[in-house]
Amino acid sequence: MSEPRTSKTRVPAIDGWFTMDESAPTLLGTRGVDSGSYFWPPTLAVSANPNTPFEEREPVELSRIGALWSWSTNHYRPPEPYIPNGPDGEFTPYTVCAVELAAEQMVVLGPLATGADPALLRVGMEMELVLGPLFTEGDTEHVIYQWSPRSPRSASASRPEGERSPRSKGKRS
Amino acid sequence: MTPHLAILGVGMHPWGKWGRNFVEYGVVAAREALADAGLEWRDVQFVSGGDTVRNGYPGYVAGATFAQALGWQGAQVASSYAACASGVTALATARAQILAGFADVAMVVGADTTPKGFLAPNKGERGDDPDWLRFRLLGATNPTYFALYARRRMELHGATRDDFARVKVKNSRHGSENPYARYRNVVDVGDILHSPIVSDPLSLLDICATSDGAAALIVASTEWADARGYRDYVRIRAVSTVTPSYPSTVIEMPNFATDSAAGRGGMPALGFKDSIAAKAYEESGLGPNDLSCAEVYDLSTALELDWYEQVGLCAPGTAEELLRSGATGIGGRIPVNTSGGLASFGEAVPAQAIAQVCELTWQLRGQAGGRQVEGATTGLSINQGLFGHGSCVIVSR
Repeated sequence: MSEPRTSKTRVPAIDGWFTMDESAPTLLGTRGVDSGSYFWPPTLAVSANPNTPFEEREPVELSRIGALWSWSTNHYRPPEPYIPNGPDGEFTPYTVCAVELAAEQMVVLGPLATGADPALLRVGMEMELVLGPLFTEGDTEHVIYQWSPRSPRSASASRPEGERSPRSKGKRS
Repeated sequence: MTPHLAILGVGMHPWGKWGRNFVEYGVVAAREALADAGLEWRDVQFVSGGDTVRNGYPGYVAGATFAQALGWQGAQVASSYAACASGVTALATARAQILAGFADVAMVVGADTTPKGFLAPNKGERGDDPDWLRFRLLGATNPTYFALYARRRMELHGATRDDFARVKVKNSRHGSENPYARYRNVVDVGDILHSPIVSDPLSLLDICATSDGAAALIVASTEWADARGYRDYVRIRAVSTVTPSYPSTVIEMPNFATDSAAGRGGMPALGFKDSIAAKAYEESGLGPNDLSCAEVYDLSTALELDWYEQVGLCAPGTAEELLRSGATGIGGRIPVNTSGGLASFGEAVPAQAIAQVCELTWQLRGQAGGRQVEGATTGLSINQGLFGHGSCVIVSR
């Protein structure tokens, strides 16, 4: 988990998708009152349950723990509106995780926790929701939800920002 | 079973990075398709365009844009956008017009001019557009999603990067015999393994490029074709444009999450990609064992393996085995991507699904030259456009 930084104002990179609870953040979803289906993210059009397309939806916090479904580390800078998060706005490789939530039976994409080592990832391993920096703009840090490996070896997930794993370079190239 | 549609003409502009206006390419493909059909532009009663969203307003109204470029002659028109599935959505529209009796003969045409590099979302601050947000919040490029599937295959089915590379090697051999392909060089496994990693585990050569290109079809009712003296033409037996069935539990571009399978209603009989081909099989009364060849959307090498299973060429988890057996190369039991696939073409979004049908037509007519599948009688093309667009065509002769 990221250390709280008092020097910067921390704001969510997008409003309404997750709580800013530093120790135990959650994704803010909804649940259909008739279908029992879960929906996330809350501000985008996602598929309704076709059995109950017009049902009411109640706010609900999604599970904070899930199983890793897959992941990928990107080695090329994506086009805008991506904002690189390296020192001085440089591009550094980053990892995207897909995590399956057991109760909700849905897969949620999110960044791998800042500093976590993608070389240690395996399908099925437990992942936990944390908060971390997406990008910094002046004195404002834009915060995003992230997936952090729960295994003991994932202590590396709490490494200081900027200290990236050497394995985040290409495995073969 | 659905009435058949006659394919009277096919045409393409070579794929490449030509940097010219997409309309020029479309006109070339249209001219070739008309010549192939032996028809004049004035014979066309309905123009169905596959749209491009990267070329300004003319791209959004592609049907009319091509109708104008060929010379207004009063034909009825429609334009379709369904991302990668646009070409077949345009074909489905033309087919419906013809089978309903509103037109006898139609042109289906798509063309694109693409920028260099990753396909990017539209500009501006668009916080309610998942296609914009996936780049801003996740950096989830298209290859990121391809890589999630590839990694999953490795972890679940024991696929290796060598397997993925062998798909590219096969397709490069096929494409070397295709004059319309952008990449004609034959590569070996080492070339792929040593190309730079883009989205781990996929390297640059595992991922299809974006290209300029155009493809066109002339289609007609079988009654009209028969009355005009056409014989032994290739027939469209099925066109599938299905959407997913809830809950769709595989993460799809450009989404942040799958549907939730926890609620009322249970799981659908088939996942989305399996359902795309299933609909076409049901409509045609044909099955995977009837196929002589198939064109599947190899946005990445690993995705070609997924399609083997999703169109029923082999059981889930056995695509690597099918590939290694040589069955999906020309000369094998069921050659896949005889055109060279996206590996050899690069993607020209609204033209690509039409180009797949062009290749099947050449195969079934015995006109595929050095990449000919001996005695091909039945073919399937399949792809998927983001935001839930299925696309599958079955043809036979």
